[in-house]
Amino acid sequence: MEQNSDTERNQIRDICADHIDQQAPLLPILHAIQSRLGYVPDIAIGEVADALNQTHAEIFGVLTFYHDFRRQPPGRHQLKVCRAEACQAVGGRAVWSAAASAADNGSGVDVEAVYCLGNCACAPSIQLDGHTIGRVTPDRVSNIVTGANQTRAPS
Amino acid sequence: MKYFIPKDSAAVSIGAEQVADALTVAAPDAEIVRTGSRGLYWLEPLVEIEHDGRRIGFGPIETDEVSGLVETILGGKPESHPKYVGRIEQLLRDQGQQRLTFARCGVIEPIDFDAFMAHGGTAGLRTALDQSGQTTIDAVKESGLRGRGGAGFPAGIKWQTVHDTPGAEKFVVCNADEGDSGTFADRMLMEGDPFTLLEGMAIAGVATGATRGYIYLRSEYPDAFQTLNEAINIARRHNLLGSNILGSGKSFDVEIRLGAGAYICGEETSMLESLEGKRGLVRFKPPLPAIQGFQSKPTVINNVITLSSVPTILAHSAATYHSLGINKSRGTLTLQLSGNVARPGLYEIPFGATLEHVINELGGGSASGRPVRTAQVGGPLGAYVPASHFDTPIGYEELGERNAMVGHGGVVVFDDTVNMAEQARFAMEFCDLESCGKCTPCRVGSVRAQEVIDQIVAGHDIEANADLLRELMELMAQGSLCAHGGMAPAPVLSALNHFSEDFGVREPAEIN
Repeated sequence: MEQNSDTERNQIRDICADHIDQQAPLLPILHAIQSRLGYVPDIAIGEVADALNQTHAEIFGVLTFYHDFRRQPPGRHQLKVCRAEACQAVGGRAVWSAAASAADNGSGVDVEAVYCLGNCACAPSIQLDGHTIGRVTPDRVSNIVTGANQTRAPS
Repeated sequence: MKYFIPKDSAAVSIGAEQVADALTVAAPDAEIVRTGSRGLYWLEPLVEIEHDGRRIGFGPIETDEVSGLVETILGGKPESHPKYVGRIEQLLRDQGQQRLTFARCGVIEPIDFDAFMAHGGTAGLRTALDQSGQTTIDAVKESGLRGRGGAGFPAGIKWQTVHDTPGAEKFVVCNADEGDSGTFADRMLMEGDPFTLLEGMAIAGVATGATRGYIYLRSEYPDAFQTLNEAINIARRHNLLGSNILGSGKSFDVEIRLGAGAYICGEETSMLESLEGKRGLVRFKPPLPAIQGFQSKPTVINNVITLSSVPTILAHSAATYHSLGINKSRGTLTLQLSGNVARPGLYEIPFGATLEHVINELGGGSASGRPVRTAQVGGPLGAYVPASHFDTPIGYEELGERNAMVGHGGVVVFDDTVNMAEQARFAMEFCDLESCGKCTPCRVGSVRAQEVIDQIVAGHDIEANADLLRELMELMAQGSLCAHGGMAPAPVLSALNHFSEDFGVREPAEIN
């Protein structure tokens, strides 16, 4: 565990060094950390604060303001389900319920509500590991959650 | 034979990739061009071929129909196929579409620079480089172009302010944080014709004296991110961007910044905070961003569609653009039709069509076949317009007179199964979730409003609670700095006023 966090610390330092010359690099740094490690570990707060000469509170504030940043390691798959109006108009509420209940059974799939994927003309919409899937039904989304559970995370 | 199949993420979300794969098997010798989308989403996945020098389409095509389609086409009688839709250009014309901003979208391969050039690319930027910044700004003013992101502020006046504000460094920031439900025009354009956006940004830079641009892109659009990144690299190689744009000696370059899932960052001052690496809290105005924007420098902030409309205005003429539309709403509206509607999609039409025309004529009425009850116009902060008001022409002031707004041009259709009290409550849930927290009326009011709506729906003191809800909405509208808290009452009040029966309220309020 100790070794793990040392590796993470080094990766975070490398990422900070890579971005330090950009204007206002905090969001790009947090995105890069999450994309490398899958989440933003607590040790990142101090490391990034030191690199940018900002306070821990400032980094913590930004990290927790934005919905995208995860502070815990993610499940194997990320499923975003649109709960906004255009999807609601064609059965989005039932799709959300199906996704949420399918994911409850220890599926290893993180289900997250989002408000618009820009796929409104092909609604209801979900996004699995970054791939948008349109015109879904409650049954289909249940199958997708179950199916994703049986496959490995995409590389 | 040349085939065209969209790579647009919405088309891909319903099987365009599988159709393209099946086509490579069924027609191994065919040339397959992956385009953006035409925006005719009820026909997606749409397959087009070039036939007698014209593009004809078939859709929607299922994967197992591909080999039959290829046989029919090779048989020389494409019109005999059951999914034949004929000439796409003709279909767009029959709908009254005038593709100006979206002229190339769905037609060419998005990052094929030669195709972009062959279809009139850079003509607008060349005009801007051959004339003074002031002349370009005058043309934008004369065109009547207003901000397509939602606020509807005249683009030329904003540019003038940045132009007139002295500063060693100025910026162009493109707002690509298209968070409104029911809107997808920005995504379509960025995925389908990204060079047009880069050209529009370069024009804004040349005209106002800005040399750096940022695209603030929402993270929900991974495909647009990838396409834009590739387009920026190609644009630099062809001097559409860089230190010597189109050989003029002027410089302008663009960088993409990803948002992180905060709806509020579509509000321009919150977006600036986010770009600067802070929490996306809204700023007080003044100072206007045009005077003190990104890093406190003069900054043009425009939406994707606003910036992408400038090249066509300069390439043709401001007067041509201005000749379209009605009253103070000039040019084309990139209307995005979605929800419970038979023909959802993007319709680029001159301002002034009525909601009735758009929903029933173009959209074909509801998808479910049930009566259309309402449409939410202009995004999650837009009003629910009842069917009895569908005679309203779509224009900034025309919708405004009915307490509705154009917003980003999204129209979400609902049939008669919708529960408007549920929709009103959702508007406040969303306001609560996405409030930046700066203004108390928005932060706390949106929570209180959910409680009050619950009380009404539960039948407790209905009339008194309805009055309380109205009072609270007034407070939010008046007491919030930005449009998030300021306009979130619109869906609630429109639902309550026009559909009081869904709340159990006896006396309908006075309806304008």
